[in-house]
Amino acid sequence: MTQSYVTPKPSRPWRPSPREKAINISLIVASVFSAYTLVAVTEMKGKLAYFFVFFAALAIFNLIRGVITKDWMNGRDQFSSVIMLLGMTIVILPTASILYTVFDRGRRGLHAGLLTNDMSLATPSDPITSGGLLHAIVGTFLLVAVALLVSLPIGILTALYLTEIKGRFTRPIRFLVQAMSGVPSIVAGLFILSSVVYTVTKSYSGLVGSLALTILMIPTIARTAEEVLNLIPNDLREAGVALGGTQWRTVAMGVIPAARSGLITALILGVARIVGETAPILLLTGGGDAVNFNPAQGAMGSLPFYIWKSFLLGTEESITRGWAGLLVLLVLVLSLFLLARFLGSRRTK
Amino acid sequence: MSFQSKNENKEKAMATPSSLASVAANARKPGTNTLGTNALGIGLEARSVHAWFGKHHALANVSLDFPAGTVTALIGPSGCGKSTFIRTLNRMHEFIPGAAMAGEVLLDGKDIYEPGTDVTKIRLKIGMVFQKPNPFPSMTIGENVLSGLKLAQLKNANKDDLMEECLVRAGLWNEVKDRLNAHGGSLSGGQQQRLCIARALAVNPQVLLMDEPCSALDPGSTLRIEETIKELSETMTIVIVTHNMQQAARVSDFTAFFLADGGPGEMIETAATSQIFSQPRDQRTENYVTGRFG
Ligand SMILES: Nc1ncnc2c1ncn2[C@@H]1O[C@H](COP(=O)(O)OP(=O)(O)OP(=O)(O)O)[C@@H](O)[C@H]1O
Ligand SMILES: [Mg+2]
Repeated sequence: MTQSYVTPKPSRPWRPSPREKAINISLIVASVFSAYTLVAVTEMKGKLAYFFVFFAALAIFNLIRGVITKDWMNGRDQFSSVIMLLGMTIVILPTASILYTVFDRGRRGLHAGLLTNDMSLATPSDPITSGGLLHAIVGTFLLVAVALLVSLPIGILTALYLTEIKGRFTRPIRFLVQAMSGVPSIVAGLFILSSVVYTVTKSYSGLVGSLALTILMIPTIARTAEEVLNLIPNDLREAGVALGGTQWRTVAMGVIPAARSGLITALILGVARIVGETAPILLLTGGGDAVNFNPAQGAMGSLPFYIWKSFLLGTEESITRGWAGLLVLLVLVLSLFLLARFLGSRRTK
Repeated sequence: MSFQSKNENKEKAMATPSSLASVAANARKPGTNTLGTNALGIGLEARSVHAWFGKHHALANVSLDFPAGTVTALIGPSGCGKSTFIRTLNRMHEFIPGAAMAGEVLLDGKDIYEPGTDVTKIRLKIGMVFQKPNPFPSMTIGENVLSGLKLAQLKNANKDDLMEECLVRAGLWNEVKDRLNAHGGSLSGGQQQRLCIARALAVNPQVLLMDEPCSALDPGSTLRIEETIKELSETMTIVIVTHNMQQAARVSDFTAFFLADGGPGEMIETAATSQIFSQPRDQRTENYVTGRFG
């Protein structure tokens, strides 16, 4: 086949041109300059002053640029873009600052044995290089795993009842789930303490800690999953049923796979809700210093407990340990999320 | 403008050379399909069917026979209750919150609304292609075609042949044969509609309800679907909603005209297709089919 045209280079005409980019950069430079001069000549002081003057100047310059190059509407458009950028920065800055602080301080507590030793032969005020937080990592893993094992099926089944079955108890159950998500974690801890620990087990263990976490986790998973399932168009349910599927098979084969990535988000939010939870852990798990693989028996350490204990002691070494614990907790949560996302997206390429 | 009788139209369609050439290449001889044959039964019968959405009376007193092995076209202006009616025929109407109905729908003489009826079995026997394409987004194109088998837990020894057969009949095979593992949602709107037709064919229903199956399709694909409808009518009872008069004239044996005149939608007239288009009894039918109305 002969081709009667020369294939052109793919281009993106909607992107800013070099000239526009140059103007953008000069506006930013001008704003930085104005921020410096204004802070220098007026009474305003400090980083916050630089920050806000910079954004105000940028917004005004963009407004003027828009009005000059196009029209009033475009000016307002440019202005609001800068305001949104400001909003985004206000949201991101504290988060970035927290992350930075944790990484910076936690870094100093890192050492070779951190992930392989526990604290059974060391006290928090010992030199940093002795001991480690294996017991806390194992504990947090087990606590979260057991809580997840219980909450995930209950949470998702609740959401399925609310969205698919829509039975007689839909309203009371939805109300209950909403009320449950407002339960303070200390109350969940005290509830398990009085109803399970004092009356049945009579001892601390990881298991009762997980039970309290379950109370916090179920409403998060159920509510997120419900919202996700509600977003699945009804057409899909009709398609399955019209092909002769039972409601159950339609939900299992059509609805849940379509909601997959949203359901994984529900799981992630559920884990995020409990992984750093401290109050019920303090009440229920006993917070041991040795590795304990048995959630049903004996004191169980965990990262939040370790962090709390280290900071409480107040010596320089113990505070460094606390930061290292925070760093490990953050990295752990982050890798769990990435893993979940990866597993969730693998089939839907 | 007046319509020729159905047979003249058929000949006209057959004589269109270019589009039919490709269609004929795809077409298979009747009887060589892997769908197998289904008991035709004695057809479907709606008796005094009414339908409501909440308090809104959308459809009133429709009685209509769909004899086994025939094609019936439902025509009428937008919003007159065609979709509502067709959805009462396989009990999809009850899926809408607040919906209600009255009357009877008899499949082989048995009311499908009788208490204790297994709805799942009914919908397996009475398949449906929806007005809006609704492929399963999480499944591949191939899985979508066979999804009915999996949903209803049916066995089929030769899944690959069945998949090809259904896609060919839906006029989609040539476009997707190299990307059967792509996702159902990655197809264009018209391709999705044809995928949904293929999916409905795969479970080989006794009755097939099609709600504007060609409204998003090009003339070539439309012709292919019409061929399929004619082939299938040997083994299936087919009900098709369409806004395309020529299509109704080309494919159907009987036509029913629906109209909502302020109140609930009603069936104004039903007769052999050739009669509806040449000498309708009701003035409103004539106005509609000759384009002087709606
Ligand atoms: N889910 C619904 N809830 C409430 N009213 C509805 C619903 N679906 C349809 N209706 C109403 O019922 C009437 C009939 O609608 P229907 O969808 O059956 O029309 P139609 O003949 O299929 O039209 P079209 O040719 O546009 O598809 C309309 O008045 C419509 O507003
Ligand atoms: Mg319709």
